[in-house]
Amino acid sequence: MEHYFQAEIECAPAEKIRTLQEEKLKKQVRHAWEHVPYYRQKMEEQGVKPEDIQTLADIRKLPFISKHDLRETYPYGLLAVPLKDCVRIHSTSGTTGKRVVAYYTQADIDMWNDCTARALAAAGGTDEDVCHIAYGYGLFTGGAGIDGGSHKLGCLTVPASSGNTERQIMFIMDLKATILCCTPSYAAYLAESMREMGYGPEDIPLKIGIFGAEAWSEEMRRDIEQTLGIKAYDIYGLTELSGPGVAFACSAQDGMHINEDHFLAEIIDPDTGEVLPDGSQGELVLTALDKQAFPILRYRTRDICVLNREKCSCGRTHVRMSKPLGRSDDMLIIRGVNVFPSQIETVLLNHGYAANYQIIVDRVNNTDTLTVKVEMTPQMFTDNVGEIDDRRKELAEGIKNILGIRAKVKLVAPKSIERSNGKAIRIIDKRKI
Amino acid sequence: MSVKQISVFLENRPGTLKSLTAVLAENNINIRALSLADTNDFGIVRMLVDDVFDATNVLKDAGFIASLTPVLVFAVSDKTGGLDNLLAKFEAAQINIEYMYAFAGKKDAYMIFRVSDTKNAEAALRKAGCKALTAEEMTAV
Repeated sequence: MEHYFQAEIECAPAEKIRTLQEEKLKKQVRHAWEHVPYYRQKMEEQGVKPEDIQTLADIRKLPFISKHDLRETYPYGLLAVPLKDCVRIHSTSGTTGKRVVAYYTQADIDMWNDCTARALAAAGGTDEDVCHIAYGYGLFTGGAGIDGGSHKLGCLTVPASSGNTERQIMFIMDLKATILCCTPSYAAYLAESMREMGYGPEDIPLKIGIFGAEAWSEEMRRDIEQTLGIKAYDIYGLTELSGPGVAFACSAQDGMHINEDHFLAEIIDPDTGEVLPDGSQGELVLTALDKQAFPILRYRTRDICVLNREKCSCGRTHVRMSKPLGRSDDMLIIRGVNVFPSQIETVLLNHGYAANYQIIVDRVNNTDTLTVKVEMTPQMFTDNVGEIDDRRKELAEGIKNILGIRAKVKLVAPKSIERSNGKAIRIIDKRKI
Repeated sequence: MSVKQISVFLENRPGTLKSLTAVLAENNINIRALSLADTNDFGIVRMLVDDVFDATNVLKDAGFIASLTPVLVFAVSDKTGGLDNLLAKFEAAQINIEYMYAFAGKKDAYMIFRVSDTKNAEAALRKAGCKALTAEEMTAV
């Protein structure tokens, strides 16, 4: 039997959803115009006023916003309500000092929690379940986002957060957790650890996995499902839009339903910005229709995907997005963490190396690995192997400090990094996703 | 007198040492002694050549990273206890050896030492009766 958290809206006729979106969009555009000078300025530059937005199609008149805008306006530039009305912030794992900070009013949090509660219910969760959350708790939206939904649904919530795998396994086994929420790579790691400890799928109480925040393959899903004896579901979200729960997989496990009563989705050509018809592959652009504190209009997610409006066997009417096929820019998601080549470049320069490097991402035993090849320079070379190695370790430490994930640093000969038309190939992503 | 050793950065993969020796061969530079220090990822080739100035220039032109390091070279008679006698002097003078390698000459064996304080070590060893070879003397052996 299909479970819903808010069946009425989740299964509402498409026409009703469109009408609702239209009303909300008009209101939201006016809200942004009236309370956020940055939006007003961008709209004025484009020659568009709130009254120009009457139908959903009119959204095309609005300018896009990107991560760049969010960094530009750090920390208060997009705030649309008095700070006293905000109850929470979250932040992306962005470049140091240039993070994106998102604000939430209580209503924003409630909306977000509804979204994650829908995701849990769609995966089969009910108030009978014990929901073990191994996403990081903190500035990252993963932990808090699922936590809120789990409470709304009435699950017994285990806020395990990340790390300490032995303790995680102990709690899953002793508290008979039935739902596991974490990144897919951590799920794979947990599964492998449990297998090594001698637990078979029949010993493990888990039934459902909700995994997101990084790319993962179908092959990996099957591995995790078999080892843990669960069904694994995708969840999608971005801190900029609220967090996990913007979209989620249902029992059909064929794409993720975007919560269309709260988010308006478009697909554009990433090069021209032109809106593409349904079914086309392109960059996902999202507009938050209800967010009070931090309005987001036409946000370029950089995720390349396809929207599917066909009827879903689960009964939900909201549009489905495919698993993101890639990123339209250089950003890498490694172990759920956003990594920009520019961050690594900064560390290299700070440590006295030149900006001649290459980032190699791979997946070994279902865990992402990051290797940074760095060209040796005359300045950094000495006749002493130990000293070179110490500097290499310092560099690796510096990268870990800024990215939050470990990287292997490999020193290579000058000019040995492959170049294509004179431009160094900065990223090699070997993950088969 | 210390002698100038060339140290070159090499990536640890097949063919890199060959690319170095090819540059030296093309430029008629003779390698007198060579040692290789390696880690998993990279290595340092240390060598004495007949023309340090030329070798440094051609290597840099070929894109290698090379630096010069002073080392001490001593002749050791090619018989039992030869090296032991020499090292006894190092011990007496409390000289720490960072690394060493060797090559055989026409008559004697030659030991190359990298020490932390080349100048003081050389003076102390000379006092003890061991004279380090000069670059000219090196060419002759």
